[in-house]
Amino acid sequence: MEHTYKFLSRIGDDSLILGQRLAELCGHGPILEEDIALTNISLDLIGQATNIYTYAAQLEGKGRDADALAFLRLEHQYLNAILVEQPNGNFADTLVRQFFFDVYRKLLFEQLLTSTDKQIAAIAEKSLKETRYHLKHSSEWVIRLGDGTEQSKERAQFAILDLWRYTDELFYMDETEIQLAKAGVIPNLKDLKPLWMEQVLSVLNLATLTLPENQGFFGAGRQGRHSEHMGFLLAQLQYMQRVYPNMQW
Amino acid sequence: MVSKEELLAILDAVKDPEIPVLSIRDLGILRAVNLTPDGWIIDITPTYSGCPAMITIEEEIAKVLNAHGITQFTINSSLSPAWTTDWITEEGKQKLEEYGIAPPVEEVDKSVLFSKPPVVPCPKCKETNTKMISQFGSTACKAHYQCQECLEPFDYFKCLR
Repeated sequence: MEHTYKFLSRIGDDSLILGQRLAELCGHGPILEEDIALTNISLDLIGQATNIYTYAAQLEGKGRDADALAFLRLEHQYLNAILVEQPNGNFADTLVRQFFFDVYRKLLFEQLLTSTDKQIAAIAEKSLKETRYHLKHSSEWVIRLGDGTEQSKERAQFAILDLWRYTDELFYMDETEIQLAKAGVIPNLKDLKPLWMEQVLSVLNLATLTLPENQGFFGAGRQGRHSEHMGFLLAQLQYMQRVYPNMQW
Repeated sequence: MVSKEELLAILDAVKDPEIPVLSIRDLGILRAVNLTPDGWIIDITPTYSGCPAMITIEEEIAKVLNAHGITQFTINSSLSPAWTTDWITEEGKQKLEEYGIAPPVEEVDKSVLFSKPPVVPCPKCKETNTKMISQFGSTACKAHYQCQECLEPFDYFKCLR
């Protein structure tokens, strides 16, 4: 139970934090259609976070709800991967971050469909349909930017070089994931990595972009140790609940 | 005590706040109603995980039932089986089109990259020469299209399966 709660925090926090990042773009998208697309994806992610947190809170059984998990924890209690808290940067940074994440999420949800935990399977079934749309969107943009103008290609390539080092963390497994994989609740995340690599490369090839050979991976987000960007993000995310405790919309 | 049929008829008054021509029955998000010793159990399901209309819909259900003197009920939201556009009734699809939103065509936008988006006839002039402007429209469940004949921009209720 404790392991399931921790795993749900990890994937729930991925959804919430990336959803928050994309929400920052509301009214700031490069074109109207993309402004709407990115905030729609944000909404899907925050909705998925709500479903995941609701179940996590229920398992925890301490009387907390989804909002308490989203708004009232401290930085080190969030277990999202460091990739998703990275700033939006330019449009290529936003879309490359999204692309790396979408490929992983699609593979993860596909595997979770057969989870021995029925509620996790139900959440995956619901979320997968949305994630497929997200992946199509981000893949097409990566190709368009990479195989686009000299400037768009340069920016997309820089984004890959910058974000690449955070991607290995998506397949991080400690005692929690090892035990859950044994019980058939989640797949072995290490097995997802080659599939992820294959799908990422197939899009990057079309985009005429390349991956760095450097394997110097970095990431401790899954244990609650974050990059310097996380505190600023949380300050904004939690502001209303901190200033007006228990406020309701 | 109302019968199941009467209750369903009462719930038909609950509309989707984003698409007020569709009732929650037309949309297929009202899954089941069942009478138990503790009162009615009303099962609903969200269209998209983050659909902001769900809370409003639950409040509307409670309001409509209270107005009919029904106070013993529980609203359950369940995720599985996940909602797809196949749950929209034929009547619902017709109402969508009359309202100016193209109903889902019998085809999912393929996950294959750069595949052609589905051919969606214009809800105004019925021409099939239309163009997808954006995969994401005014709400999570819609894409944005434009008719190349009458130039009308319109929402397409995208097929989800």
